[in-house]
Amino acid sequence: MRILTLVKRVPAPGARINITEDSQYVDDKNLGHAVSPHEECGVEAAVQLVEQYGGEATVLSMGGPEAEEQLRVAVSVGISKMVLVPTDGAPKDPQQTAATLVTAIEELEAADGPFHLIIFGNESADQGGFQVGIRIANALGRPMVNGIKGLELPEGQDPASGEGHIIARREVDSGFEVYELPLPACVGVKEGINLPRYPTMKGRLASKKAELTSVDASAEPGGQAQVRLKSPPEKVSETVILGNGPDAAPAIVDLLEELGVM
Amino acid sequence: MSEFPSKANVVVIGAGIVGSCLVGHLSRLGWEDIVLIDKGPLPNPGGSTGHASNFIFPVDHNKEMALLGVQSANQYRDLDRSVDSGGIEVARTQERMDELDRRMTSATAWGVEAELLTPAQVKELVPFINEEIILGGFHCPTVSVVDSLDTGTLFRNEAMDKGVLQVFANTEVEDVETVDAPNGQQRVSAVVTDRGRIEANYVVVACGVWSNRVANMAGATIPLVPAVHQMADVGPMDVLAETNNEIGYPIVRDMDTFCYERQSAGSMEVGSYGHRAILHHPDDIPSNDEAALTPTEMPFTQDDFDPQMETAIELMDFLGDAEIKYAINGLLSLTPDAMPCLGETVEVRNLWSAAAVWVKEGPGMAQVVAEWMTYGYPRVIDPHASDLARFYPEERGDDHIWARADEHFIKTYGIVHPQEQWEGRRNLVQSPYYSRQEALGAMFFQARVWERAQWYNSNADLVERYGLSEREVEWDNRWWSPIINGEHLNMRENAGLFDLSAFQVFELSGPGALDFAEYLSVNKVCKGIGTSAYTPWLNEDGGFHSDLTMMQTSEDTVRIVTGAFDGGRDEYWIKKYLPEDESVTFKNLSRTTTTLGLWGPNAEAILSQLTDADLSFAGNSYGSVTNVEIAGIACTIFRVSYVGDTGWEIYTGWDNGPALWDALMDAGNDHGLRPTGMGVYAVTGRIEKGYRLMGAELESEYNPIEAGLARPKVKAADFIGKEAYLAAREAGDPEVHCVTLQVDDNVDSQGRQRWMQGGNEPILTADGERLVDSHGRVSRVTTAGYGPSVGKNLLLGYVPAEYAAPGTQMKVMYMNELFPCTVVGTGSAFDPENTRLKGS
Repeated sequence: MRILTLVKRVPAPGARINITEDSQYVDDKNLGHAVSPHEECGVEAAVQLVEQYGGEATVLSMGGPEAEEQLRVAVSVGISKMVLVPTDGAPKDPQQTAATLVTAIEELEAADGPFHLIIFGNESADQGGFQVGIRIANALGRPMVNGIKGLELPEGQDPASGEGHIIARREVDSGFEVYELPLPACVGVKEGINLPRYPTMKGRLASKKAELTSVDASAEPGGQAQVRLKSPPEKVSETVILGNGPDAAPAIVDLLEELGVM
Repeated sequence: MSEFPSKANVVVIGAGIVGSCLVGHLSRLGWEDIVLIDKGPLPNPGGSTGHASNFIFPVDHNKEMALLGVQSANQYRDLDRSVDSGGIEVARTQERMDELDRRMTSATAWGVEAELLTPAQVKELVPFINEEIILGGFHCPTVSVVDSLDTGTLFRNEAMDKGVLQVFANTEVEDVETVDAPNGQQRVSAVVTDRGRIEANYVVVACGVWSNRVANMAGATIPLVPAVHQMADVGPMDVLAETNNEIGYPIVRDMDTFCYERQSAGSMEVGSYGHRAILHHPDDIPSNDEAALTPTEMPFTQDDFDPQMETAIELMDFLGDAEIKYAINGLLSLTPDAMPCLGETVEVRNLWSAAAVWVKEGPGMAQVVAEWMTYGYPRVIDPHASDLARFYPEERGDDHIWARADEHFIKTYGIVHPQEQWEGRRNLVQSPYYSRQEALGAMFFQARVWERAQWYNSNADLVERYGLSEREVEWDNRWWSPIINGEHLNMRENAGLFDLSAFQVFELSGPGALDFAEYLSVNKVCKGIGTSAYTPWLNEDGGFHSDLTMMQTSEDTVRIVTGAFDGGRDEYWIKKYLPEDESVTFKNLSRTTTTLGLWGPNAEAILSQLTDADLSFAGNSYGSVTNVEIAGIACTIFRVSYVGDTGWEIYTGWDNGPALWDALMDAGNDHGLRPTGMGVYAVTGRIEKGYRLMGAELESEYNPIEAGLARPKVKAADFIGKEAYLAAREAGDPEVHCVTLQVDDNVDSQGRQRWMQGGNEPILTADGERLVDSHGRVSRVTTAGYGPSVGKNLLLGYVPAEYAAPGTQMKVMYMNELFPCTVVGTGSAFDPENTRLKGS
């Protein structure tokens, strides 16, 4: 099975997010970098599918030269090939990004054959446009489902052929929706599909020796442009101590009644 | 939480291990009304304490670090926040094996249990180690792992339970205010925070990596820089998890790769001091909100760590397959000389520093600062190497701090020779003779900021003349030359000219100057114009703060001359005690006065060619200070000697220096005069005479009676430490004496001649027993050097009274071997009657 998984280098989440003075970027001077959490799960999903069904997985990122760091992290957990589509700075226009990536993917497929499955993250951690994966799938004419939390091949299907279906599960309030997507297909995976492994030291060292393929591709700007980034108002939370020990019980009862749960 | 106070006696800034232990120790010493603030939350405010690996290796070559490490480990044990995991330093090279012999020697000195292990023995203790790539190990069973955050909490609780401490977390310092104090000084007055302003009599900066920034708010400096120590937590590993312990295997320090492996429950922390030095400005450290983890757990820069992973896997293969779960660029504090910053700031009275202290020394160093604030000087140990006042102005700027931290970070696990010189930031202060010395092939050593010629390669002919040779073992020969011995023997035969421009020369003047000079000094200083005194300065407890020479130069001026290593400490001490009535003016003349030393049997013949002054012993007695013209240059000559031959210290204006040097060298041409370096002045000449040196023989743990520096009578005038000094005199014979020993046989088990370096090598009984007195003071080598005129390796050190008699047989340990030595006595090994100095 040939799998492509796409990742984006983003400031590592976990801290207060500051925005640069020009309101165009997340200020990352105090932050490390990572791939978006959903994409981290995408990388893990690709590694697990290859472990289970054989084949090979390729990781691709579009960005500046520093994105190589995230590609090597993916290789260090088991991805075998990495591709960078170089750009000046982080891409911000989802239409342009998608169009560029379509060109790049077509070039890769022309050289080595089609990817049976392309895995995206549900959305990126920094911009959250929810667009790039669907735009690419659409342009490539492949089926796409977002929000996926489970992936498997139907029993008895020959994984090496690249033919048949992939079964994708999406969590909804009442349970799971199960899709059968004809291959080649695209999916957007969501955190929770798996627990991504950390790189091992040996994996890290091996990743340093992996060869980076660079694919030049570009596209015209799309109709969407980022105007500016704005921090949401800070959430202020208040903790009220209702009392200590048994003395707190009446206050808790009052509160539960007020909330309508009692 | 209680209301934020507007006043306090003491405000301590920083609730990491140091600040927390400090408030506890202050409360134990009776302090009240203490406020502790931190900008972060408790119990982990986000400084270096929170990500420390929390282990203590109790062996260090440096006395302060070693003893305060042991002291700190014991404080953690007392609170039951410590586990003895044991620890092993492994060697991959023969050079490191030699260093482990040196570690064994230091372990013996400080009384720390230790043993050398074969690779197979290491494997028995650490079954997952690759014993094939190591040559051996240094095992210390009392290496401990501590809980620093919980210890901090317990110390804070102790003070709060006494009702003497209020603690405010999430409180950021915005300013530290000062007011004018007597003698043009500043005194701290208040701390301004985002919760309000607190007036305070004392403020202590214990802010770790932020300390310099906070001190700067008051106009003070604490020279340190935040530096990265990379650490990765990898796991889980079954063999570790099966111990069901936070730590079940000894910590391994892979010394030659500057790396350690420390079990943390089911995983292993791999820490590195082997990457490039990564330094940050405190302003570039994120706030608690902006940090993904804590402010001092900065994003990991993987590329820097990769080489360490390769060597770590070589040592423990299972590390390679374990997942890297957590990895940080952890910040800690580095100073220009790798020692902490303790004591009152020199710029602002009552503003104290307890900074650049790691978890392994935290409780002990907090005790040092608490005692210092309480008693005027610490009691637990002499802190001279950690004393914040040691830094000269050139050492307090970021350019110097960064350059030195950059140079010594990689030496954290390095093999550092006791005489090792810095490569960068040299030539900060050159003497007026520098170009002449350079032309003479001087080998320069740096005394803090001052360049001094250690020996002159132009004197290489003396090696042949006196039949001298290099030392057999490279370690002993490093930073040394037989030319030193040649210069020494030539001085004893003819004469030597010494550049002493690094002397720190101070002047006290004004109506109170003479009385103040007496107040500082044990010995009587002012016996008329042109008189001098060599005298200790004591602290209130009667231990040494300094030893120096003082001269009465007029009716109301006194000149003070001290060494380059102590200039900062002594200047601070003077300013601390200056009378509040402003009757004394202090001046530092060190950068405008230059000093030459002329000593040897031909000194008088040389100098008499250049001056009409009477230079005979009758006309110019020992200790006299006289203004004369030498070759037409106005000079002051001081008949004194630190090298055992007659002669003078000659002072003149800085700009006159070169002409004076040339005149003396010309006049000495036919008298065998040679430029002679500090190797003779500070070591060979001094040790033959048994002259004591501040920071070596003289420390606050010892008093003048023990050092053999007590005069028959005590002057009437009051002086600092007098009460304690009188009590020590009345107590009778001291428990220890400072003695000279000669090494009787310096051939080691491999048949090589060895030369002790003066690095705290233990002095043992003839049976090899360690000697410790009732105060816990251990007998150790404080200075070692060859005495070319007596033909022996000489040692100085304190031994118990029953071992001080001349002829007593002892042993000295060097590189983990014992060498027989004999006590020479409390006086000089060379010319004990001082006939060469003072005439017969």
